[in-house]
Amino acid sequence: MKNASYPYQFQPEKVRYELIRMLPISLFVVAFGAAFGLAAVQQGLGPLESLLMSTLVFAGASQFAAIDMWGAEVSVIPVMVVVFAINSRHLLMGASLYPMLKDVSPAKRYGLLLLLTDANWAVSAQEYQSGRRNLEVILGGGLVLWLAWIVGTWLGVYFGGFLQNPKSLGMDMVLGCFLLAMALGGKKNPRVLVAWALAALASLAAWKWLPANTHVVAGALAGGVVGFFWLEKKPDDEPVKEASA
Amino acid sequence: MTIETTSTGILLLILIMTLVTLVTRFGGVFIMSFVRISPRIESFINTMASSVLIAIIVPMAFGGDAGALAALLVTAVVMLVLKKPLPAIAAGILAAALVRYVF
Repeated sequence: MKNASYPYQFQPEKVRYELIRMLPISLFVVAFGAAFGLAAVQQGLGPLESLLMSTLVFAGASQFAAIDMWGAEVSVIPVMVVVFAINSRHLLMGASLYPMLKDVSPAKRYGLLLLLTDANWAVSAQEYQSGRRNLEVILGGGLVLWLAWIVGTWLGVYFGGFLQNPKSLGMDMVLGCFLLAMALGGKKNPRVLVAWALAALASLAAWKWLPANTHVVAGALAGGVVGFFWLEKKPDDEPVKEASA
Repeated sequence: MTIETTSTGILLLILIMTLVTLVTRFGGVFIMSFVRISPRIESFINTMASSVLIAIIVPMAFGGDAGALAALLVTAVVMLVLKKPLPAIAAGILAAALVRYVF
């Protein structure tokens, strides 16, 4: 099958639009990045090393966890396990975009995934639920979030003193509030609500009794099982009227 | 196995973290390219996607302080009333800051 076609057409206009749309949340990411930069230098990383980590890894929660394990020596396997566990949600996030990603060439597909992070994924996944295909937000949103993360880290490394206690400003809740707003902005029907209830229970159970950082994957899979057995009736019927809501 | 945090050591650690994270970013899509997407799989993927959000937030609410709880509650209420994410997020963060300032 050399002639496989990839029908998804990127609209440069829309990429720019998504880049600008994600600017406000990116400002919060700058603050979060500054908190990371400060924490990193406090743990003994050099400025360049902190910046390199943010540039290459680009996964905030796992970076915080990794530098918590920093010392004169770092045990490699525990760091790998923690980073994998915290970031394992990417596996599911990527998979959930596959129906769209299969329509772009493999090079673009994996290129886009370099920029996959919670905020831009949440927008794309929620829009897909309402019948809109938006990979532009992964590209445009991802770029601006990535730059914000790097700039934030840079600020934290050099001017971190200003941000001694980002928690007192509520900065640790930015992502949580954003993701909650995305979830509540999406489609809600009995099927989704049952999935959410099961996801909530499973994630809480995993958080209490399973190894640390497994709760996101456990909850998400539990919610997915509901969808596996409870199929939506005729998804083609509704999109027109939904748009006005 | 441990790595000393000399400059080459740190570089190596950053590369290891990058590779592990890359595996998570690529892995789900890579595996899906071998799966035929039936309506059932599509339905699984869709409910799983919104459940990811819930599975991040709920333990965050249960494990967090009063500020975290206030942030999530206020975000939820404002989002359900106004249906606009940005005011909801801003109100949530403000609530966290306020609660933490007062208590």
